[in-house]
Amino acid sequence: MPSITKGGSPAGSPGTSSRLVSGKSRKGEHVIQWLLGAAALVSVGTTVLILFALLRETVAFFGDVPIKEFFGTEWAPLFSDPTYGVFPLITGTLLVTVIALIVAVPLGLAAAIYLSEYASHRVRQTIKPILELLAGVPTVVFGYFALTFVTPKILQALGLEVQIFNALSAGLVMGFMVLPTIASLAEDAMSAVPASLREGAYGLGANRMQVAVRVVAPAALSGIVAGIVLGVSRAIGETMIVLVAAGQVPNFTLNPTASVETLTTFIAATAKGDIPVGSIKYETIFVVAMLLFVMTFIANMISIRFVRKFRQAY
Amino acid sequence: MTAQTHVPSAPAPVPAAPKSLQGTGREPWRPRVFRYSLQAALALAMIVLATLVIDTAIDGAPQLDSSFLSNAGSFNPDKAGIGPAIWGTLWIIGVATVLIVPLGVASAIYLEEYADESKWWNRMIEVNIQNLAAVPSIVYGILGLAFLVRGPLSLGPVVLAGGLTLGLLVLPVVIISARESIRAVPAAIREGALALGATKWQTIWRQVLPASVPGIATGVILALSRAIGETAPLIVVGAAAFATTNPDGLDSRFTALPIQIFNWISQPQAEFKLLAAGGILVLLAILLVMNSAAIYLRNRFQQKW
Repeated sequence: MPSITKGGSPAGSPGTSSRLVSGKSRKGEHVIQWLLGAAALVSVGTTVLILFALLRETVAFFGDVPIKEFFGTEWAPLFSDPTYGVFPLITGTLLVTVIALIVAVPLGLAAAIYLSEYASHRVRQTIKPILELLAGVPTVVFGYFALTFVTPKILQALGLEVQIFNALSAGLVMGFMVLPTIASLAEDAMSAVPASLREGAYGLGANRMQVAVRVVAPAALSGIVAGIVLGVSRAIGETMIVLVAAGQVPNFTLNPTASVETLTTFIAATAKGDIPVGSIKYETIFVVAMLLFVMTFIANMISIRFVRKFRQAY
Repeated sequence: MTAQTHVPSAPAPVPAAPKSLQGTGREPWRPRVFRYSLQAALALAMIVLATLVIDTAIDGAPQLDSSFLSNAGSFNPDKAGIGPAIWGTLWIIGVATVLIVPLGVASAIYLEEYADESKWWNRMIEVNIQNLAAVPSIVYGILGLAFLVRGPLSLGPVVLAGGLTLGLLVLPVVIISARESIRAVPAAIREGALALGATKWQTIWRQVLPASVPGIATGVILALSRAIGETAPLIVVGAAAFATTNPDGLDSRFTALPIQIFNWISQPQAEFKLLAAGGILVLLAILLVMNSAAIYLRNRFQQKW
């Protein structure tokens, strides 16, 4: 029996399987396997092509602009006297990301703890689809909400001196976009914690809060970290909320009431026009995208590693 | 010794149970405040979602009439509509579907049924797919711009380029969900088929795949509902901000619903913001229908083994 299942693998054992099936059909099976493998390679090809495109234009960009200038603090690539200091875009991105996390981490973890430790089966069946709905709202809709509701009807109504386009409103709304990501990974990890750990704690006299905070949460720490890091990656890579609600002014500032430009905003706003291939403007899009790709790639890899950790642990 | 009174509460599913068990009614204040704050956090998330929907509905509902659904984009807010945008969305989603269904299912079958986990290249494919699922959507726009719109294929900003870009964007989602439903088919089904003399492929094609179709279909619908709402990659690929005619082929220029919404949001006049709200309502309605279909499929046809 196992020899048949093994027969399919590339370096399998043709000797055993040829006894079981006709030679002709076995050949066909081989072709199918290669075709399926080729389909799986398409996703590898996607990564390779993304990297190739980004690297090619990045190299071209640094042929025109010295690396030292790129790590400067003034971003004005479209001026007649252009400067290419990328730090305002990085601080803009990080500012919005931090605001989003201040919202998403506590709310997401609270949702996860409630769903995994407190909610009855029925409550869970109602709340989880609602969180999925929140995750399914297109980000351009969140952007509209930030611009036309949160900024005028909440922030300005509270008397905050915010500009129409500001990092605070975009970040707050982005927090609710990121919340389901954190909640769902953290809840997965908490649900995977064996009941015996909880029972042991209850047996020692702990109450439900102590079990959740001191037993389940630490035991599920790798899943919680994975969720938060994936949330960071999503916040850094989010385009539409910031494009609509945070403005397009590359201010080198950490002031949340000001308008900022993020890496993604710059790419979207600049690519909107028809840009000639090979122009420095075209290369600029790619070099900023390279930075974005590297930042999210690091976050994704950390997250994948932590997910694997909690899957192995329980 | 309040703690002891809590012990029976652990398996009890109803939150009311611990209170009745405590008798004296003295749940210590810290656990109580903790429980309330957890509930408050969830309530806040739901209030925000409700506010978003209600606020948009108040602005958008008056826009919805048959001319809004069929008219083309216009500089006159009274005449502007989402006709070409809806058709554009249908075209690119169609292209994306044709790409992701065969590729996604084939990749999932390979990874679940054939790939030997101990080989580094198979592990690499797996990590690569997990990473791709989290690559920012705008980066896929860059990919489409560099290879489909410009570069080797030079298709221009047309339906085919937009559809393929969105397809590549959601392909990892399809692969991951298809793998889960293939994995859910019990090994006994495979062993039974093999024992009756079926080849590996016959087993997969006639037993494993049919059993996992509902799960795969659910995953595809959810992936497409994500693709429908994507705006950023289409901006980079060069979807028209403004279209007066419906697309009529793979090589025709297009706009899409979220692009049209974004275009209206960016206009300074308040009338266009209201149009955007109308477009958002239509978009949310489409997504709600698709998500309901996915949930229905999952509950109705998913087999419990």
